[in-house]
Amino acid sequence: MVENRPILNILTHLFLILGFVVVALPVYVAVMASTQDLPTLMSGPVPLWPGSHFIENYTQLLTNVSAANGLPNYSHMAMNSLIMALVITIGKISISILSAYAIVYFRFPFRQLAFWVIFVTLMLPVEVRIMPTYKIVADLGMLNSWAGLTIPLIASATATFLFRQFFMTVPDELLEAARVDGAGPIKFFRDILLPLSRTNIGALCVILFIYGWIQYLWPLLMTTDTGYYTLMMGMKRMVTAQDGIIPWNFVMAGSVLAMLPPILIVIFMQRLFIRGLTETEK
Amino acid sequence: MAGIHIAGVSKIYTGGVKAVNSVSLDIADGEFIVLVGPSGCGKSTLLRMVAGLETISEGEVSIGGRVVNRMEPAERDIAMVFQNYALYPHMTVYQNLAYGLKNRGTPKAEIDARVAEAARMLEITQYLERKPRALSGGQRQRVAMGRAIVRKPAAFLFDEPLSNLDAKLRVSMRGEIKRLQRRLGTTSLYVTHDQLEAMTLADRLVVLSAGQIEQIGTPLEVYHTPASTFVASFIGSPAMNLVSGELHGDRLAIGPAVFDLKGFAPTSGPVTVGVRAEDLRLARAGESSMPFRVDYIEELGSQRLVHGTVGDQTLTAAVPAETQLGDDLHLAVEVEKLHFFSKESGRRIADRAPQSVARMEPVGAA
Amino acid sequence: METKRTTFNNRLLPYLLLAPQLIITLIFFIWPAAQAFKSSFEREDPFGMSTVFVGIQHYQRLLEDPNYIDALLRTMVFAVCVTSLAMILGLAFAAAVDRLTRTSRIYTTLLVWPYAVAPVVAGVLWWFVFNTSTGLLPFFLQKIGFKWDHDLNGTHAMILISIAAAWKQISYNFLFFLAGLQSVPHSLMEAAAIDGSGPVKRFFTISLPLLSPTTFFLFIINVNYAMFDTFPIVDATTAGGPAQATTTLVYKVYQDGFVGLNLGSSSAQSVMLMMIVMVLTFVQFRYVERRVQY
Repeated sequence: MVENRPILNILTHLFLILGFVVVALPVYVAVMASTQDLPTLMSGPVPLWPGSHFIENYTQLLTNVSAANGLPNYSHMAMNSLIMALVITIGKISISILSAYAIVYFRFPFRQLAFWVIFVTLMLPVEVRIMPTYKIVADLGMLNSWAGLTIPLIASATATFLFRQFFMTVPDELLEAARVDGAGPIKFFRDILLPLSRTNIGALCVILFIYGWIQYLWPLLMTTDTGYYTLMMGMKRMVTAQDGIIPWNFVMAGSVLAMLPPILIVIFMQRLFIRGLTETEK
Repeated sequence: MAGIHIAGVSKIYTGGVKAVNSVSLDIADGEFIVLVGPSGCGKSTLLRMVAGLETISEGEVSIGGRVVNRMEPAERDIAMVFQNYALYPHMTVYQNLAYGLKNRGTPKAEIDARVAEAARMLEITQYLERKPRALSGGQRQRVAMGRAIVRKPAAFLFDEPLSNLDAKLRVSMRGEIKRLQRRLGTTSLYVTHDQLEAMTLADRLVVLSAGQIEQIGTPLEVYHTPASTFVASFIGSPAMNLVSGELHGDRLAIGPAVFDLKGFAPTSGPVTVGVRAEDLRLARAGESSMPFRVDYIEELGSQRLVHGTVGDQTLTAAVPAETQLGDDLHLAVEVEKLHFFSKESGRRIADRAPQSVARMEPVGAA
Repeated sequence: METKRTTFNNRLLPYLLLAPQLIITLIFFIWPAAQAFKSSFEREDPFGMSTVFVGIQHYQRLLEDPNYIDALLRTMVFAVCVTSLAMILGLAFAAAVDRLTRTSRIYTTLLVWPYAVAPVVAGVLWWFVFNTSTGLLPFFLQKIGFKWDHDLNGTHAMILISIAAAWKQISYNFLFFLAGLQSVPHSLMEAAAIDGSGPVKRFFTISLPLLSPTTFFLFIINVNYAMFDTFPIVDATTAGGPAQATTTLVYKVYQDGFVGLNLGSSSAQSVMLMMIVMVLTFVQFRYVERRVQY
């Protein structure tokens, strides 16, 4: 700070606290609502204090199928979300680090072309090619399968670019020293490059886990079998209520469960998260 | 232990640029050769071709009698010390030293013994469990040397290993490299752009310019008998004075001054005359001399460097520190201290000192 | 494109390393995109038995379809709303946090987590807060005589999804603006203070101009986000309604193709969207190139 202005400082704090309250409002409301019973919620504005149905709502949701409109229970869907997020994270990182390695450390025909093919994926988000992609997955018999849910999502230009960017900053001499030391491409990758990439991998893990966890459109297209439903699908199904009544207490409890894991990751791995975010988008 | 034989080696980049142009060089077993030249002269490229880090476009490199052109660096039985050390940052010093041996399948006990020996020799034993980032520049340099030593290779290749160190450390590490090399007797090829480093380290030095060898010789040969104006101005500090002169019989005219070469007439007509600053002195009365106008003086403590002009040519003279100086001086030089170079090619024209004529080596590659 | 000074000379290995990425890209990205391109010029008979080439008919129809033009304009309005809301708030928070030293980390933590909330959850949360019968905000709005009804009023619905979408994006903009502000040289601020400009003036005359590359970059990213990543918010809350008032381009592609099964039109819409992404990506990367150079 350049100069000391107590009043401005107080205003700054006030502004930020107010900002936080506004930003946190919907989440606070959700947490409070998840502790009420449905009649309380249906009878007017949400109480802004905790109700007495916390344990009841969450146990219902986590264990009881019928609680959520014929969906599998939330534990099952949470497990699906976790599997999907993990497979996508590991898959994206693995194939991206390998392609970046090939592009940076080898010279071969069609290298440029390969780079552009990967680059093009940036321009083709799922959202713009819904129908034909669905058709291909269907033709390959991958609907309602883990393969269909995850594999088409693990191509990643951003992760590849991040690793490429990082590899370019690794001194050339390290590779040369390793070659003089008798390390071939596999050994160099395993013994030198992979350990050096640890921080980047960590940062990507945080970002990509969140990416995988919040996937919505893709599972919506891929799964009709409720056994493969993720938490996000559960959200959608619960609010598209049968007979017009939305079980808001369960919906809010479900929201809390769905947002808790990634929020905790962001808060406790803030440094990696910020690094991942700023590095991948550059 | 092995010599290195470089025969007609060239590096031609796509587009036809010749970074190294038909270089031939024989390095005897145990010899310490320094490649020296300004940046871009191809010295590093040559070294890297010997190391196997660059492909050889033309010619042949053999190490210990084996042609290594097509071999991987690891198969060439060489070790390399890099300018930025290139230590593996995530490995401890011990792991750094052991990595090359491990990759060769050396037994654990042997690795331990060799690492311990190298560490003792370089006095880095207490740092073996540290990571490189916890070491100072000098210590990292030692680790980099250690990594070369443990391998007991046929040859050491050094790529400007001291240029990342501060001036003081550079001098002491220089001494250490020399001592170590003597002790191990390993053939060494060392690249630097620092002529002082080259002079102090080399058994023989190879002066390169624009991808070609200008001169090969011991430091003293190169200093006293530079083969070209390029070598003359590159080796020695301050750089050798190079002025235009004209020879008529045994009379040499430099600007307004005329010297009597006493019967020595290496050529006739225009010529480039070289003279080292320390070979110039104030003229005694009646001696043939050059009128010299002083521009400015650099005090070095032990001596003073006087910069000025003779006619319209600039010249630097080194005079004893206590010399009284006015604005206009008269400089004299012993005739046998003059170097003559062709005006056109810049190559040396044989000078009159008979012993240096005899010492002269064939210049450049055949 | 650069590689390392020295490279490995294996011939087969680089292809093996690239294979997984390229195969997935070709099968699930390039091929479907090509298919979309192809079928945007074709019509399938009702039984899916044969297709005929119809030229640019789908595009013509599309551009004459007031529904599509409305969706296009609506998407632009939505993108502008979301982008400006999220960027202004992100910048304001960043400027405030940048003023503080000891507490900046705490505030950062307090403000970054919404990024991790899934769009569908963000949509549902705000939907609940605005819920006509039981929501908090309509209750208070009613007290000041304002009737909120996003189930019937299209503008209200648009405001709702804009707020939900912007809310999630604030933390992203905040982090980038904060990084930008923190990279403004401190000496520059001190020089300006000595020249007699106060904190507010300094912000507008020094920080803000220096942030313009970040601002431009975030603008592109935010527009991209608003156009393509907000699908779950729309789908889970308003489902494009009421009366199409929140049907964005992406939602329309989904509706016409996946729900309405109109393959040709959906494909033409996909191709139009691809062009938009291409322009955005192009602009973004041209700009990144410049940033790297300077």
